[in-house]
Amino acid sequence: MAVDTLPARTAPRPQAAPAGPTPRWRNKETIAAWLFILPSLIGFLIFTAGPVLAAGVISLLNWNLFSSPTFAGLKNFARLGPDPTFWSALGNTAYFTLVSVPLTILVSLGLALLLNQGLSRIAVFRSLLLLPYATITVAVAFVWIWLYIPHGGLANTVLGWFGINGPAWLISDFWAMPALIAMSVWKSFGFGMVVFLAGLQAIPQQLYEAARVDGSSAWQSFRNVTLPMLSPALFFVIVTSIIGSFQVFDQALIMTNGGPGSRTTTLVMYIYRTGFENYDQGYAAAQSLVLFGFIVVITAAQFVLQRRLVHYDN
Amino acid sequence: MTTDAVTPLLKNPVATRKLIVFACFLVTAVTLVPVVMMVLVAFQSDAESMAAQPSFWPSSWHPENLQRAFDLVPLGRYLVNTVIFAAGTTLLETVTAALAAYAFARLNFPGRSWLFGIYLATLMIPSQVTLIPQFILVAKLQGIDTWPGMILPHAFTAIGVFLLRQFFLGIPRDYEEAARLDGANRWQAFIRVIVPLAVPAIATLAVFKFIGQWNNLLWPLVISNSDSTRTAAVGLQVFQDINGTQWNLLLMAATITTVPLIVLFFLTQRWFIRGITMSGLGGR
Repeated sequence: MAVDTLPARTAPRPQAAPAGPTPRWRNKETIAAWLFILPSLIGFLIFTAGPVLAAGVISLLNWNLFSSPTFAGLKNFARLGPDPTFWSALGNTAYFTLVSVPLTILVSLGLALLLNQGLSRIAVFRSLLLLPYATITVAVAFVWIWLYIPHGGLANTVLGWFGINGPAWLISDFWAMPALIAMSVWKSFGFGMVVFLAGLQAIPQQLYEAARVDGSSAWQSFRNVTLPMLSPALFFVIVTSIIGSFQVFDQALIMTNGGPGSRTTTLVMYIYRTGFENYDQGYAAAQSLVLFGFIVVITAAQFVLQRRLVHYDN
Repeated sequence: MTTDAVTPLLKNPVATRKLIVFACFLVTAVTLVPVVMMVLVAFQSDAESMAAQPSFWPSSWHPENLQRAFDLVPLGRYLVNTVIFAAGTTLLETVTAALAAYAFARLNFPGRSWLFGIYLATLMIPSQVTLIPQFILVAKLQGIDTWPGMILPHAFTAIGVFLLRQFFLGIPRDYEEAARLDGANRWQAFIRVIVPLAVPAIATLAVFKFIGQWNNLLWPLVISNSDSTRTAAVGLQVFQDINGTQWNLLLMAATITTVPLIVLFFLTQRWFIRGITMSGLGGR
C-alpha cells in the first residue's frame, strides 16, 4: 500500500514511466523479495515449520525410533486423559507461569522505575542487575541448590536471622516450586528491566510536566502517563515471558529433577522423559501439541486484550 | 510503587537521592549474592565445602580446584564446543534473518503477509513441539553428534526475522529512497543504507541469540552424545553426575563455564542495551 504511493510522491523518478509500469516494477520487486527471503525460508521450512507439521503426523504414530512406526490414530491423545503425570506436569507449568510471570514483571518494572530516578551511575547498576540474565542456567542452578541447603544454607540462614525456621526447599512438597520460581525470577528479570528502562527513558518529559500542571500526584502520573506509554513494552515482555515460562526445563531438571515426586515436573521435562527416556515419540509429540494448543489460546487472548489495553503512538 | 515512599522526601532532594542510591546498592548486592557465592565456594577446601554447616567466606583459598575441575571432565573442550554451537547458530540466524526481514519490511510481493503470518505463527510454538521431529530428522540424516546436526535446526527461528523487521519498519523510507534515486538497487540499498543503520538491532539479535544458545541445554542434551560436540551446559550436567555434590568442584565448574559468558556480556553490553533501546523492544 504505502509502497505503491511512493513513486507518485517522488515523482521525477525516470523509470516510473506512466504507461503501465506498475506490474513490471512489482514483478521485479517480487523477485528481489524472494531472493532476500529464500536463505531464511529454506532453513525455516526444513527446520522450524516442517518439524511443526511433522509433530502433527508423529503424534498419530506409535514410534519408539528403533522399530518402524505404526499408525495409532488419536490413541496418543486419548492416553493424555487418564495420565496423571501429564496433568500434574500441566498444572505445575501453569503454577510456575502464573506466579513467575507477574513476579518477574513486577521486579523488572520496579527496578526499571528505581533506576530511572535520574542517577548518574545508572549504567553500572543496570549492567550488574542484568548479570543474572547473562549467566548459564545450569551453572547458576547449582549455586541455587547450594543456597537452598536446608540446614545452614544461605536462604535458611537469612530466614533464621528473622527467627524463621526455613523449609527444606527443594525436597519439600510445598516449597520446591516456589524455590524454582524464585530462582527463575532472579535469572530472568534483567531482560524486562532493560526493556522497561528503555521504554521509560523514551517517554517525553513534557507529558509529566503537563500532568504536573494538571495537578497529578506521583501515582496519577504513573497511572496516566507512565503505564500507557509503557504498555507496548509491557505487552511485549508479558507475551515473551509467558511463552518462556511454558518452556521451563533447565532449572527444574538440575535443581529438583522434577521432584519431590512429580511436584516440579514441568511439561517440557515430561515430554523430554517420554521422548528420550521412554522413547515414546508419538506420545511425546501429542503432549507437545496439546501444550502448543494452550499457548495459542493464551497468546491469542493476550492479543485481543492488547487492542483494548495497549497504547500505541501512531 | 516506589513513588509513595519517595514523595514525602521529595522536599529534600539530597535525602531522596541518597535513598535511591542506597536502594540501588541494596538490590544490586542482593542480586549478585548467588554469583559471588558461586565463586567463593569454588575456592573452598573439600572439607569446608562439604561440611554439614556450609560456610560462606573460604577459610583457606584453593586455586588448585580450577585444575581439579578440568581434570574431572574436559571443560575446556566443552567451552570450545559451546562457542562453535552458539557462534554457528548466531551467524546463520542473523544473516538470513536480516535478509528476510528486509523483504518483509520493505518489499511488496504477493503472499507477503501470509508468509510473515507463518513465521509469526511459529514464534509462539514451544521448542518441545519441534524437538522430537527435529531429533528424528537429524537422526535420519546421520546428524547425531555432528555440528550440522547441532547447529542447523536452531539457526532458523522466526524471532530474528520478527525483531529485525520491526526495526527496519522504523527506519525512514526516505533514506533508502534517496539511495534508490542515486541508482542503487535493492541489494545495494540494503547493504549501504539499512544494514549500517540496523547495526544495533543486528548486534542485539546476535547477542541474545549467542547468550541463548550458550544457555541451551535441551537440544545439545539430546543431540550430542560425546565430548566432540558436548556443550558446557550439558557438560555441567555430566559433571554433576560424576561429581555428586562436591560443592567446591561443582561450583568451580559452574564458574569456569559462566565467567566467559559474563565477560562477553560486559564487552557487548553497550550494543546489547543500546540495541534494545533502539530496536523497538522499548515500546515503540
